[in-house]
Amino acid sequence: MTARMLPRAVLLAAFAGLVTATATGQTIVITGGTVYPVSGPRIERGTVLIQDGRIVAVGASLPVPAGATRVDATGKWVTPGLIHAGSDAGLGVASLFGESEAGVQGEVNPAFSPAEGYDAGAITIALTRTGGVTTGLSGPRGSYLPGRAMAVDYAGARLEDALITNTVAMLLNLSDGSRGAGGGSRAGTMARTRQLFRDALEYQRRKAEFQKGAMQDLSAPAAQLEALLPALKGTMPMVITANRRMDIENALRLTAEFKLKTILNGVVEGWMVAEAIAAAGVPVIMSPNTDIPSFDGLGARLDNGTLLRRAGVQVIIAQGDPGGERNLRFGAGNAVRNGMSWDDALQAITLAPAQAFGLSGYGSLDAGKVANVVIWSGDPLDFAGAAERVYIRGQEVSLRTRETELLERYRSLPPKR
Amino acid sequence: MSRWSTALVLGVLVAACAGAGAQTPPSQPSPKQEVYSGSQSFMREQYPSTYVRRPNPPVVIRNVNILTAAGQELRNASIAFQDGKILAVGQTVETPAGAMVIDGNAKWVTPGIIDTHSHLGVYAAPGTQAESDGNEATNPVTAEVWAEHSIWPHDPQIPLAIAGGVTVMQVLPGSANLIGGRSATVRLVPARTVQEMKYPGAPYGVKMACGENPKRVYQSRGPSTRMGNMAGYRTAFIQAEQYQARWDTWLKDKKGDPPARDLKLETLAGVLRGEISVQNHCYRADEMAQMLDLAREFGFRIQSFHHGIEAYKIADLLKTAGTAASVWSDWGGFKMEAYDEVPENLALIQQAGATAVLHTDSPDGIQRMNQDMAKAYYAGLRAGITLTRDQAIKWVTANPAWVLGIQAQTGSLEAGKTADVVLWSGDPFSVYSRAEKVWNEGWLVFDRLDPTRQYKTDFNLGQTDPGVGR
Repeated sequence: MTARMLPRAVLLAAFAGLVTATATGQTIVITGGTVYPVSGPRIERGTVLIQDGRIVAVGASLPVPAGATRVDATGKWVTPGLIHAGSDAGLGVASLFGESEAGVQGEVNPAFSPAEGYDAGAITIALTRTGGVTTGLSGPRGSYLPGRAMAVDYAGARLEDALITNTVAMLLNLSDGSRGAGGGSRAGTMARTRQLFRDALEYQRRKAEFQKGAMQDLSAPAAQLEALLPALKGTMPMVITANRRMDIENALRLTAEFKLKTILNGVVEGWMVAEAIAAAGVPVIMSPNTDIPSFDGLGARLDNGTLLRRAGVQVIIAQGDPGGERNLRFGAGNAVRNGMSWDDALQAITLAPAQAFGLSGYGSLDAGKVANVVIWSGDPLDFAGAAERVYIRGQEVSLRTRETELLERYRSLPPKR
Repeated sequence: MSRWSTALVLGVLVAACAGAGAQTPPSQPSPKQEVYSGSQSFMREQYPSTYVRRPNPPVVIRNVNILTAAGQELRNASIAFQDGKILAVGQTVETPAGAMVIDGNAKWVTPGIIDTHSHLGVYAAPGTQAESDGNEATNPVTAEVWAEHSIWPHDPQIPLAIAGGVTVMQVLPGSANLIGGRSATVRLVPARTVQEMKYPGAPYGVKMACGENPKRVYQSRGPSTRMGNMAGYRTAFIQAEQYQARWDTWLKDKKGDPPARDLKLETLAGVLRGEISVQNHCYRADEMAQMLDLAREFGFRIQSFHHGIEAYKIADLLKTAGTAASVWSDWGGFKMEAYDEVPENLALIQQAGATAVLHTDSPDGIQRMNQDMAKAYYAGLRAGITLTRDQAIKWVTANPAWVLGIQAQTGSLEAGKTADVVLWSGDPFSVYSRAEKVWNEGWLVFDRLDPTRQYKTDFNLGQTDPGVGR
């Protein structure tokens, strides 16, 4: 039984994001489609077997278990659910001015997570799913050290249903926008960052003395420094926003000094230092359509991602395009337009973010992985293709949105009432 | 003389020189500058175009697929153009002597892309406050300002738009004001001055804005409500009617001193005379209906709504009014008046028989207008709306040309029209295709395969400049 076959009341519930598990033990088998596991070569007329929210098997000729719900994907494309590494979906009612839940006050907020501002019923979630995006990484928006990012699957009635982790990464901004945090210079921002990091490590070593008041003042409240520790121990990735070549080089300096598990974000001039980024083993999050010069990146160019990839850098595509998160796939399509291979571009919105952020259960169609699966009518990276069925944690989710209902009302004029 | 038609908005003088937008302007202005010595400023040319078509050898593209935006999609066809004009489009064409012949194997040709809504030059890169020249947000009605007086021709975003196949754009003031000022229609060509870009003979537009922006910007002094917005437009046009009457009286016999010039009312009187087109930022269906009534009250026609997120709800009213809708493909939800966005907007406007236009309002979007066209086209098809590819290509070519009043010269590939032509590396409905060669009035302004044909603005020089062709 799929969501499309459910009675109207249940469909409406799904529309509101209420896609809680209704059938534990449900087995779904998707057959006949061209399967792109991402972790390996494509499989013509492949089968994807899903059970209890997990992928059980992927292959060319698999036996279909009795009682399984069969989904014929003949002529279709089957991929993992897309992962948006810079999504705002759910953080606020829509994306209305003043309605965001991603804001933070002040410059140093490593302990902050926006998770409790996540609205599982936000209309942006359903819209995002129409683009085959099943998983999002969302962080606070603010300069310098705004807080931590969370990872969610775009299904479920409550935060707890959707949340994968609210500590997927620590955010640090070293771009032009953070000069103020250093008193008006990049060098000042770097000095302040080192001080914060050293204080955090020293606090960890001398916590007892600190609690007795037998330690010097710290450069931030202890709770904020403590929140930095997983990133300083290398157990949590540190996403460093850096666009200019010099900012990227500064980020790589910090990475080496503090042995950070860095993921660079933005990297407008990354192509200039692609070899250094590759040598540091640092993945990058970038937008493939950034080419307008600014003083935060005069060297912007469309084939930035292509050149980074060619140098051996793991590239993650996360495009905040007009039209929103659902257009992530066209960001990948544009990367292909600008010279990247199709396989690399698909990986950049699936397996690459999963690996970089330590989401080991995500990003590819392999046995044991979370069953986030999309069936497309055609090439997912091009306009003629569209997501026809989307599965999150093994459940088909509704692709109905407000837009669907507006279209139905105004399909012919005067409108139906 | 026809350039006067766009320069002056004083009816009788203009009428003597033919109405704006109705005549075919010469592609090259007369080098002779007429000066009425001893006369007053209103009798002289106002900021004329100095655009000059660049020479180019004749061009023939053979064995190519052509979206004409004139009703036809031709396979394995040919197009020839010379001296800035299209000679022929068809299965076979004659090759003029000395022509550059291009084999367009598996590639596509379209008309040059036209954007009805851009702020390139007035909100120039690198995006500093020093170059924020798009909103004269000092008064709710600033019909006296002209966008062309803000346009920086070295905005490095201009070559990026050229590389996207854009040949003509309308540059508008921003939407802070009820009436924000005059627009300029320009050709995307390298230039030292905006005059060298101005499309000769193109009528002026005037930017008007509904809804949230003006009432937010002027919250403390007013207007602070939508009804306040309406009162503001009406008050301005009542003044314009009186101004127009004063001038009409004086022009009858030219006795005594002419009325004092008022730049604000000169522009609005131009709207009342039908010489300046109204380009109206307006999102909501109910507000668009109010603006259509405003136009009826004062006897003008709104040429195009812009950002008409809800145009699909009143596409029948737009058709009746003869008003186009310039819209995005699927951008919405970013503010309350954009809440009811649907990706089928263009398709539904088309279905209702109104003039559907895809616009960008974006220095990013203008680089990939073919992509938004494709996105909207497929959204329509998926919704079961009958559409043709020719209709869709018109959203970014012939229909915007109509909005700008230059449809008699450009916007489609037909013999005799201006050779604004794009050769695409593949189907322009695919994300993978790029503009490979762009001819602006027959001149090869961009060639992705030839770095010497990739214009750099002064701003690009001596700085890290990766070039637009890469």
